[in-house]
Amino acid sequence: MTVSELIAIFFGMALVNNMVLSKFLGLCPFFGVSKKLSSAFSMGIAVVLVMLVASAVTWPLFHYLLVPYGFEFMRTVIFILVIASLVQIIEMTIKRTNMTLYNALGIYLPLITTNCAVLGITFINIDQQYGFLQALVAALGAGAGFTLVLLIMSGIRERLDLADIPRVFRGAPIAFIVAGLLGLAFLAFGGMVG
Amino acid sequence: MGTWLKNMANGIVRANPTFILLLGLCPTLAVSTSIDNAFGMTASVLFVLLAANVIVSALRRWIPNRVRIPTFIVVIATLVTIVDLALKAFVPPLSKSLGMYVPLIVVNCIILGRAEAFASKNTVWQSIADAIGMSIGFGAAIVLVSFFRQVLGSGSLDVFNVRLFSVPGLADNPASIFLLPMGAFFVLGVLLAFFRWMGVSDCE
Repeated sequence: MTVSELIAIFFGMALVNNMVLSKFLGLCPFFGVSKKLSSAFSMGIAVVLVMLVASAVTWPLFHYLLVPYGFEFMRTVIFILVIASLVQIIEMTIKRTNMTLYNALGIYLPLITTNCAVLGITFINIDQQYGFLQALVAALGAGAGFTLVLLIMSGIRERLDLADIPRVFRGAPIAFIVAGLLGLAFLAFGGMVG
Repeated sequence: MGTWLKNMANGIVRANPTFILLLGLCPTLAVSTSIDNAFGMTASVLFVLLAANVIVSALRRWIPNRVRIPTFIVVIATLVTIVDLALKAFVPPLSKSLGMYVPLIVVNCIILGRAEAFASKNTVWQSIADAIGMSIGFGAAIVLVSFFRQVLGSGSLDVFNVRLFSVPGLADNPASIFLLPMGAFFVLGVLLAFFRWMGVSDCE
């Protein structure tokens, strides 16, 4: 495993196989929290944090506990419970240690439990047979990609508020069309990582 | 029986999970590349939602309020594991094309949402109506999206390996962008606008 391989995984997860635009994971926060730039950024950071911690915990759990005892089929149940508890622990830790950060991220953390992107990345780590370091890099890339499109989307939506859009398209429908166009633009990254 | 039918109809049009509530979008967009996938996903969601609603409503008096969400999640995750293993065993091709979106039914907001908003407050009988209605609403939406994606993206409509029709001209030069991920966003965006134009849902 070389550094260039890790870089390929990072950009592959962030741009080519973007969580939102090509895997359709994390759509609820993508459309729900992309109305303002500042809240989009907080949400993105919270997702990166949870994805990293979730991958760091579920990977060893799967390979050192579930596989040796032949319990691989339990991974859905185990992973969702682990993620739900982790989000709780992270929320409590931030609340105790850093009140400024808690005020910025607080309301987004509980929502992340049902963010399919977090559960999705832990499954992808297993399905792609990544090693521990690769899994962490993949989680970082997926989170970075999620934050990137969330920021781009919120920037566009702030400007859309001023645009003269046909009445029936206002709000959700135009957001879907914009997401589609964004996905089209991200297709250009396809040739970047082999 | 009147309220039973009303509860069921609620999920199909007035509170359609996809078009009105905008819930559970990930599977709707991700597996809607073909009608077969759409039916497979609908059947999986129907089983999980029905069983989850029945279990949650039957146990609603014994589930302590403070741990209700984790309890719901364990029930749902167990049911999803059953579906995942059953699909792998009996219909491997379908299981393969739905991929990780089957285990991801766990975080489908429709199921947890109905457990919390309906099944934990209503009788088993009414919860069955709610689950059936919501599943039909979800199924109708995903089948509609996949219908447009498959027809526009491949120029013909095949359901379970039977060719129903093919569009002259489009079949030779299909607009394959609709089979790519972004096609799903376009189709859903236009459908949402169409339903608002028809007056089925409200504008902002």
